[in-house]
Amino acid sequence: MNGPGRTPNRLPRPPGEYAALERAWRKPAGWRVLTAVNNTRIGRLYLATAFGFFLFAGILALAMRLQLAVPGNDLLQPATYNQFFTMHGTVMMFLFAIPMVEAIAVFLLPGMLGARDLPFPRLSAYAYWAYAFGGAGFIVTLAFGLAPDGGWFMYPPLTGKEYSPGLNADFWLLGIGFIEISAIAGAVELIIGILFTRTPGMTLARMPVFAWSMLVVAAMVVFAFPPLIAGTALLELERAYDWPFFIAARGGDPVLWQHLFWFFGHPEVYIIFLPAAGMASSMLPALVQTPLVARRAVIASLVAVGSLSFALWMHHMFTAGLGQLETTLVSAASMAIAIPTAVQVFAWIATLWRGRVQFNAPTLFILGFLLVFVLGGLTGVMVAAVPFDWQAHDSYFIVAHLHYVLVGGLVFPMFAGAYFWMPLFNGHRMSEALARWVFGLVFAGTNVAFFPMHISGLLGMPRRVYTYGSEMGWTALNLASTVGALLLAGGVALFTLDLVRTLRRPQKAHNNPWRASSLEWLPQDEYATRSQPEVRSAEPLWRQALLVEQVASGMHWLPGSVTGKRETLVTGWRDARPRHLLVLPGDSWLPFLCALGTAGFFLLMTMQQAVAAWLFGALAIVTLVAWLWRADRPLAAGAAFVAEGIALPVGAKGTASHSWWATWVLVVVDAAIFASLAFTLLHLSMRLDTCPPPGAHLPGAPWPWLQATLMAASSVLAWWSGRRAGQWWPMLAAGGCLVAAFAADLGAHRYAGLAPSRDAWSAAVAALLAYEGLHVAVLAPAVVFVAARGKLREASRATLDNTILLWHCAVGQALAGLVLLQML
Amino acid sequence: MTPPLQSVLSPAGPDGVLLSRFSWLLFAVGAAIFLVVATLVLASVVRKVRRSQSRRLVIVGGLLFPVPLLAALMGWSGWQAAQLTWPFSGTRIHVTVTAHMWWWEVRYRDTATGREAVLANELRLPVGERVYLALTSEDVLHAFWVPALAGKADMVPGRVHGLTLHAAAPGRYRGQCAEYCGTQHAAMAFDVVAVAPQEFDTWLAGQALMVTPPSLSGAALHRGREVFLAARCGACHTVRGVAEGGTLGPDLTHVASRSHLAAGALPFSRAALIGWIANPQAAKPGARMPPATLAPEELQALATWLETLR
Repeated sequence: MNGPGRTPNRLPRPPGEYAALERAWRKPAGWRVLTAVNNTRIGRLYLATAFGFFLFAGILALAMRLQLAVPGNDLLQPATYNQFFTMHGTVMMFLFAIPMVEAIAVFLLPGMLGARDLPFPRLSAYAYWAYAFGGAGFIVTLAFGLAPDGGWFMYPPLTGKEYSPGLNADFWLLGIGFIEISAIAGAVELIIGILFTRTPGMTLARMPVFAWSMLVVAAMVVFAFPPLIAGTALLELERAYDWPFFIAARGGDPVLWQHLFWFFGHPEVYIIFLPAAGMASSMLPALVQTPLVARRAVIASLVAVGSLSFALWMHHMFTAGLGQLETTLVSAASMAIAIPTAVQVFAWIATLWRGRVQFNAPTLFILGFLLVFVLGGLTGVMVAAVPFDWQAHDSYFIVAHLHYVLVGGLVFPMFAGAYFWMPLFNGHRMSEALARWVFGLVFAGTNVAFFPMHISGLLGMPRRVYTYGSEMGWTALNLASTVGALLLAGGVALFTLDLVRTLRRPQKAHNNPWRASSLEWLPQDEYATRSQPEVRSAEPLWRQALLVEQVASGMHWLPGSVTGKRETLVTGWRDARPRHLLVLPGDSWLPFLCALGTAGFFLLMTMQQAVAAWLFGALAIVTLVAWLWRADRPLAAGAAFVAEGIALPVGAKGTASHSWWATWVLVVVDAAIFASLAFTLLHLSMRLDTCPPPGAHLPGAPWPWLQATLMAASSVLAWWSGRRAGQWWPMLAAGGCLVAAFAADLGAHRYAGLAPSRDAWSAAVAALLAYEGLHVAVLAPAVVFVAARGKLREASRATLDNTILLWHCAVGQALAGLVLLQML
Repeated sequence: MTPPLQSVLSPAGPDGVLLSRFSWLLFAVGAAIFLVVATLVLASVVRKVRRSQSRRLVIVGGLLFPVPLLAALMGWSGWQAAQLTWPFSGTRIHVTVTAHMWWWEVRYRDTATGREAVLANELRLPVGERVYLALTSEDVLHAFWVPALAGKADMVPGRVHGLTLHAAAPGRYRGQCAEYCGTQHAAMAFDVVAVAPQEFDTWLAGQALMVTPPSLSGAALHRGREVFLAARCGACHTVRGVAEGGTLGPDLTHVASRSHLAAGALPFSRAALIGWIANPQAAKPGARMPPATLAPEELQALATWLETLR
């Protein structure tokens, strides 16, 4: 690039360049609004939907608090109350908290990174619509009295078929399924987006702390969601086909669910908190006009918290009869996680001390966040101490703790973020005068609602009770909590009114009202910034004078559209130098329709309407095939000028392809699901007196060898087909071997008498077999697809490469499964 | 003001006392730390410091202070946990508590005398003596929690969890199910009554007895027993000496010796008994007991007879 102080491009810009950029990124109008895939459009939808679910779950909570305001109340019948508290927790955790942090990332992150969009826009759109349809269907069940009522973590055996015979639990499992899709898709987007599409010059060290927190969170999702996916699949298999994973009488174990769920559930709360912490770290410097103190320590703390959070899950099970060793280790880890958390808290306090604190809306909410979250964190350390937890567990003390950390740790930063980043929507700030009232009501309401719960818990009030006796001494505390909830609701209502009022104001330029330092505050439009900025520091808007004008006039990278389509730069993950031009897909009906088909299929199947379900399923499959068909097409231009004298290749293949790395993320998710199923088999085996249990047999000697040979052969053939991209026979032969291997496996097990309903161990073996079958069911059509696309040119072989990668993963799992079974 | 019925902070045995003191310590330290942090947060509004001081704050607050404190807490917590009474079945009295939706099946075994007794929804303990509880569940997850005496333990079908209780003072201590178990989780409570050892032995001997056969004076009592049999209450409820084998519902052999009905939902009284039998769904919607289609006269007679089952 030209010397220091020179920009990648010079003025004047050629005529038509800006018009081409605008044209490529034009936002759709009318019905076509549903085809939008741009992150600014999808981000807005996502934020609005997540906030809507927050309000809905909040109303459920108000009803619950009104029921508990006085003892012996009959405002809500117990069955209704139990559905309400289950829905409150489920909607808050799965339809509000996770989607909200994803929504904020979708909306904000590309701008912060100087990218034009996320790397897989149609995937984001699909993930959003799947979430929206799935979530909407889920809350409608409440109107029919079919909402789940087993608590938000749905412990079996209560949620098994015997004790929950209705469809309620199946709807919960369904709803969770959509969130799983959304979350994994989000994780792929975030990891690839953060590692591949940062603007030139933005090394990882210069990346905003919020982006770091999202990178950590995306990695956490990759490892945390698979056990949930496995667990929910197993519960549905138990309910639908009587595979008794959690039924003690047939060798199952209810505690197995707890392991699988909380291995997800504990990282989940940090998945919720870390983005909020990242937001605070990104807002605070602007609010106090000084860089974040101990920035590197804060980033290291994010990584530490993210990693350590995977060691804590058993602290939700201290009363479940675990052994002393694991109890002690988990207790120690649960206390240890307070250390990196404390580093962040003190970094924020130190930043406040160094800078000038003004009482504006975002600052108020950040101060509130610090106070409420720290109190919640302290009660968290208290319950990390096992003896105390033996009293506090499952009492209102825990309800108090969890609300202090979640309301303090997510809701307060969310409000702060809303007040802070509102100008990005239409240039206007929200009302400072109303914000003081909102803060007062929310802060007071939070404390008045939840502090008394510490006391009622220690006075013996258990969780999840629809009423209590007047002789228990909990009356005044509950009444206070209800008053607090009403105050909190008042604050939220006032905020919502101001939000709507502000969003309806006419568009204007925001002019960076907080004088923030990060790139999302550059003038943005549908195409993000006019050119992608060359960044030279962690606070570009503070350190690089003239950056705003230069970027807006097109003097930085990629000021137009080379191919006439939507594009963004791919940069090296370490040096942040431009590598190639990524052409992004434009608006399309396919993600919307595919999501509609997916949601409709699963919802109608749950309602046992098979014919209607398959119609939607067909829609999903057809749109998916059309979508994949159009992806990975060879591109017209071979090289593109993104700056003066700098030409980059258009697209990339092999290990430089962003889709290759996205496939690797899927491989890790897949392997983690497999590991969860393997854990299931191990856990159940350990509880048996004899293994295999009486009556169960594994296939005898020649079969596993045959299967292993066929699997390995299919992998070799798949690899060969990658080397000989023009020929179709290696891929078809690989497919044949794969199908034959699975058929052999399935046949051998059935011949040996595998009966999954008889006992839980057999069910676990069957689950591994079924997972293998799922891979075959995806890869076999993939073979046909790849072969049918015919001319597999070297230039556009991403689908082939990705398929081969997934192939090796599947074969690896099959072989691992064989070894596992033979060793047991 | 009545003393709290179910409070962690009103302990009645050595374990309860230890846990209560531990709670106060945690609360005191937590409150102190919170006040310091809150002061630092609010002081930031007025103070301005140099960069090196601010880094120092992060190191002190984030590392130098928490690490030793948490290490000390971990050590103290482990030490306290070790001081608690660990499940120990070498006690004289064994009680098997099996949780059902939504009542407690209680089986006593005096290992010294071999005496066994089956009851429901109430435990009695001899003051000053350790008693071993074997906890399990017949259906879904439940948890046994009597805050005045000990921490809680989950009751998992297919597993047996041990808990050793030790009451130091006589009294009545309430416990409640602490793991969500369905519709009436809120109304699944029990009483633990600690009495002098002599009184305990007498009580246990009484509980082990069957109902004495009909030297029942009074036509009403005789009638009550007839109603019980005719209405087939014995299909679910055992009254030893009258109807055996009913295990779906609580054992009623000595129902009138207990303080509450329906697992703590109603205080025991004649009116409560009649109301409960006539329509259990009124007090405990979702309870598994069907309403009794009995004439008022039959209900009265039944209640009269049940009241004699002390």
